[in-house]
Amino acid sequence: MIELTIIFIGISVLLYVLLGGADYGAGIIEIFTGSKRMNTISKAIAPVWEANHIWIIVVIVILFNAFPEVYSTVTMYLHIPLMLVLIGIIFRGTAFAFRYYDPFQDRSHKIYTLLFKIFSLFTPFFLGVTLGAVILGNLTTDNTLSFHDRFIAPWLNLFPFSLGIFIVVLFTYLAAVYLIGESSDNESRKQFSRYSIRLLIALVFSGAFVFVSAQVNGLNLLDMYLHSGISISCAIIATVLLPVFLYALRKGMKNMMRIIAGAQTAAILTGWFGIQYPVLVVLNNTSSLTVYNTVAPAKTLLMMIIALVVGLAFVIPLLLYLFRVFKFTKGEEI
Amino acid sequence: MNDLLAARYQMAISLAFHIVYASIGMTMPFFLFVAEYKWIKTGKEVYLNLAKAWSKGVAIFFAIGAVSGTVLSFELGLLWPEFMKHAGPIIGMPFSWEGAAFFVEAIALGLFLYGWKRLNKWIHLGSGLLIGIAGVASGFFVIAANGWMNSPEGFDWINGQAYNIDPVAAMFNAAWISQSTHMTFAAFAATGFGVAGLHAILLLRGKFPEFHRKAYKIALTFGAVAALILPISGDFSAKNVARRQPEKMAAMESLFKTQERAPLLIGGIPNEETQEVKMAIELPGFLSYLAFGKFNAEVKGLNEFPPDEWPPVLLTHISFQLMVLFGMIMATIAVLYFVFSIQWKKILEKSLWLKILAFATPLGFLAIETGWMVTELGRQPWIIYRIMRTEDALTSMPGIVYPLLVISGIYLILTFLSFFLMRRQIQFIHEQANTNGS
Repeated sequence: MIELTIIFIGISVLLYVLLGGADYGAGIIEIFTGSKRMNTISKAIAPVWEANHIWIIVVIVILFNAFPEVYSTVTMYLHIPLMLVLIGIIFRGTAFAFRYYDPFQDRSHKIYTLLFKIFSLFTPFFLGVTLGAVILGNLTTDNTLSFHDRFIAPWLNLFPFSLGIFIVVLFTYLAAVYLIGESSDNESRKQFSRYSIRLLIALVFSGAFVFVSAQVNGLNLLDMYLHSGISISCAIIATVLLPVFLYALRKGMKNMMRIIAGAQTAAILTGWFGIQYPVLVVLNNTSSLTVYNTVAPAKTLLMMIIALVVGLAFVIPLLLYLFRVFKFTKGEEI
Repeated sequence: MNDLLAARYQMAISLAFHIVYASIGMTMPFFLFVAEYKWIKTGKEVYLNLAKAWSKGVAIFFAIGAVSGTVLSFELGLLWPEFMKHAGPIIGMPFSWEGAAFFVEAIALGLFLYGWKRLNKWIHLGSGLLIGIAGVASGFFVIAANGWMNSPEGFDWINGQAYNIDPVAAMFNAAWISQSTHMTFAAFAATGFGVAGLHAILLLRGKFPEFHRKAYKIALTFGAVAALILPISGDFSAKNVARRQPEKMAAMESLFKTQERAPLLIGGIPNEETQEVKMAIELPGFLSYLAFGKFNAEVKGLNEFPPDEWPPVLLTHISFQLMVLFGMIMATIAVLYFVFSIQWKKILEKSLWLKILAFATPLGFLAIETGWMVTELGRQPWIIYRIMRTEDALTSMPGIVYPLLVISGIYLILTFLSFFLMRRQIQFIHEQANTNGS
């Protein structure tokens, strides 16, 4: 039962990163392309963005169902970065909807677009910071310490910030790859192709920076990585896929590129899982929260899994249909 | 402001904000469905225009409802981590079902909003219906979690820990069905009266009468049917509360002393210190009848409970009185609407009638807000009734007044922006109609 729960969390996180991530990334790319590609970007994400962002709700619900103490500890001690994430989610989502549905093209559209771009960058960055703080493990439940030590120091550090940068680059990369296939003209296709190569290089560098900053913050991430068979294999897979991606890009195989980018992301996440499992949250003053010491009773897991399986039996076919209608047909206005 | 109060305000503001958008998002798809169905059946362009105009409103409200709902799923932990630590595994199940239903709703919405040209019209119509069904289902499920806070079941509470957790028993708690039913009809009534009122205002300005008349009739039919069901579902809820949470009932009706033939109070201002109610109209025996179906039944008063377990009497009482008042006005308008529709159709064109509808625009939403005030204030000082006090669920992070200010500021801005956008949508539709000459 625990294994099934972990698999459900893993799939939901992966889908959130791929779908929601590409969605955030599309907003980040707009910072660089400006209004020239606005239509392509808006059209690419409009029908699917709300569905794409529900994966994070699925992750949250599984978390408080199955590992309640993990949820309550993270929300208690990482209140501030999570609040920033929420502010980002609110502004980004509403700015996008307003931009799409405000019929008059005037100054207000400039404001929506500006907010959409800023918070497309801001939100995943603080998601990364939050995640970084969980991995770094400076969270403390010792309530004799100062406000700064309990609620700020655990996340205001180099490693969480480097992870924030990494997540931003990853999401932007996913978006670039996604948008290559969404472009209707050659010029934008070329532009997004150029972006995807640059972002891939940036991804390698920001990934390296994550390891360096982990060392700086006293977390021996590299050592942990090298001691996990899963993580090493994932690193190898992700590296081998680099030239394959470049080949697919040169040949213009848009679906192949998407699959490779998805596989790379899955490899990155699994690699992280390999070093983290079974620990979920590292606490520095007491024993860490693991899958085993926080898991809810079997009956709770069973009921949750039934709900998820039945729910997904509706969601997955509908989702595929949604994507088929809007994503795998060419041309024509929607 | 202390952290407990700030956290309670933040939760109240977040829920009060979300419930408006969520109610519209889950009921208005049914109005869209009717408009589009009429277009397919009659071929009249005006129904298509109406469905398209409404769908833009739904898109905006749904987006705001979705993000504010996402915020709530985090706020439960950000503000009440101790509650979630214990309640998560017990009431996670309805949240899982809600999440699944909401997911279906969002996908169906994508198909509906962007599929006007790409989908076969019947599939498109079906996607509209699916948004509504999934939306109502998600609302129905999530209220099971709130029902459980009022009627905690499905676990044994020993030394501050839950044992023998049974999520199914927790989900099917005694408060769920009455609360969910009442809220679902309330959402229909609020959205129905809200939309009808808006179109009545536009009719009063004399613009595009055919369009707005058809619009308000579809909306008001939904709203009026719901408004007539609400007193019944409300009665069902009241009897349920009287049985399960006697102190909430006592606070709602400011009954300080246990008595037989307990009076129903209309209006009035209770004073907790003197235990008196001023300026109330008393209907002897009616509270006994309302609560237990017998005029001489005994109704428990607040004197049966220690004062530190009393809900805030004044606010609970006033909220309840207001909710009933708004509901009664809507029910009266509903009766008039059906009578006029059958017998005196001409009255439905009169400006006085339209003014009444315009006046009723916000009533349903006000009733929802005051109704939730009763539910939530009436459960205090408990977050889980008679199990965990609200203060014990609070986060240990100090300075909650700051996130409170941020969230309130953002929701205030979004409230203004949604009005602003609605105005622009209407203006745009009118301008378009003018240039098309229809």
